[in-house]
Amino acid sequence: MKLTHDFIERNIGWMIGLTILVVSVGGLVEIVPLFFQKSTTQPVAGLKPYDPVQLTGRDIYIREGCYNCHSQMIRPFRAETERYGHYSVAGEFVYDHPFQWGSKRTGPDLHRVGGRYSDEWHRAHLINPRDVVPESNMPPYAFLDRPAKSEDIEAKMRALRMVGVPYADEEIAGAKKALEGKTEMDALIAYLQGLGTALKQR
Amino acid sequence: MSDFVSGFWSVYVALITLVSVVGCGVFLWVQSKAKATAATAEQVKTMGHVWDEDLEEYNNPLPRWWSWLFYITVVFALGYLAVYPGLGTYQGAFGWSSRGQYEGEMKQAEAQYAPIFAKFQGQDVKAVAADAEAKKMGERLFLTYCAQCHGSDARGAKGFPNLADNDWLWGGEPDQIKTSILEGRQGVMPPHAQLGAETVKDLAHYVRSLSPDKLAHDAARAARGKEAFNSVGCAGCHGPDAKGMAAVGAPNLTDSIWLYGSSEATVIETIGKGRTNKMPAHKDFLGEAKSHLLAAYVFGLSQGGTEKQ
Repeated sequence: MKLTHDFIERNIGWMIGLTILVVSVGGLVEIVPLFFQKSTTQPVAGLKPYDPVQLTGRDIYIREGCYNCHSQMIRPFRAETERYGHYSVAGEFVYDHPFQWGSKRTGPDLHRVGGRYSDEWHRAHLINPRDVVPESNMPPYAFLDRPAKSEDIEAKMRALRMVGVPYADEEIAGAKKALEGKTEMDALIAYLQGLGTALKQR
Repeated sequence: MSDFVSGFWSVYVALITLVSVVGCGVFLWVQSKAKATAATAEQVKTMGHVWDEDLEEYNNPLPRWWSWLFYITVVFALGYLAVYPGLGTYQGAFGWSSRGQYEGEMKQAEAQYAPIFAKFQGQDVKAVAADAEAKKMGERLFLTYCAQCHGSDARGAKGFPNLADNDWLWGGEPDQIKTSILEGRQGVMPPHAQLGAETVKDLAHYVRSLSPDKLAHDAARAARGKEAFNSVGCAGCHGPDAKGMAAVGAPNLTDSIWLYGSSEATVIETIGKGRTNKMPAHKDFLGEAKSHLLAAYVFGLSQGGTEKQ
């Protein structure tokens, strides 16, 4: 057997194997080592997993496609850190499955929106963004003022625990109770108010 | 890229990267060894396959311009990897890092702007408020950090105080404004539904009667409301004369400024359900120097003259 052009083209198994080898070089070098790098696998000091209400809010964030217009990734440029706060670091996202970095900013970055505005501002802004930011083109989300679903919250938290989010049994057991009486808007605001608060702003 | 769990990963990345870059070059070189020896098109060798009776594939060498471009990319890649980080934990000859670039950028900005901020920070807020350059800077800062809630004209909205008038929940002295910005404020009007709907309505009528706007009210209700105002503890925060108390952020009820609205229904809602409002703290985010300029800008707005219509 000689590894020639002719041989490879006539033996499809070899062709498949070598093709996979060629296309996987980038991933082997750029992705695989990230699983063995402390700054990407270990949480920054003070990072807490999302509580049940925040977690529900996060799923609403994903469901409504907020990531289509809002990034959660402050790049290390002065123009961004002056406006949004400290640039994002990988260790802040270890409990995000999946992370919501996004790739497009029709609206502003939200990674450090936590604590920037009052809950009341968020409420007014979600009901009708134009009420507080006249030039905004964000759609209104007044319909989120409805009870948040809680039936699958325990399963969701158990699933996240399997991929490394350190939820205690008591937290999972109390999850349904924590969501009692919460609207989807409450949950979304709780999620937003917790974003990016683990790292001091400057 | 220097905190791998073991040294293996650095070697792993460097090795695969180098082998694939060099490998591409070698592969190309091996494949280009077939020389274009044939003098005429008929003499060109074929790959040896024949499809559909007479369809054959020529085995011509790669175009030389294309091969050279490919070799250049390989050389470029090796040069790039020598000077920029890419091979595991190797930092590159330039010692470049995105964090280093960011810090350089910040340092440069610091050198440029710190003296300006320092100049104003050394001055009294009132003096800064009178400075035209400071006002320009303050306005820009305000539009970036404050306008989302207080509006680009600083006139606020329902629930968000107007900063361009001279009415203050937490006090309008320069120091008080600066504290509001740095530490934030947490305003709480407790709910009073437990007083009963009638008493709440009486109180609403009384409060509306206090306004200089001559809001419609029932005199009998207002009189009962006045009694209740003093007996149930409203005076504790709003003061016996209902003129408010800056120490707890209780608004003056005897002016014509209404943060949440003056309609009877709104006032009843405010009394019955209470209100909580929050000005977030900006100390960690904006820092002392910017807050100083902003305090001066806001103070300047409240002094009239700078108000925009």
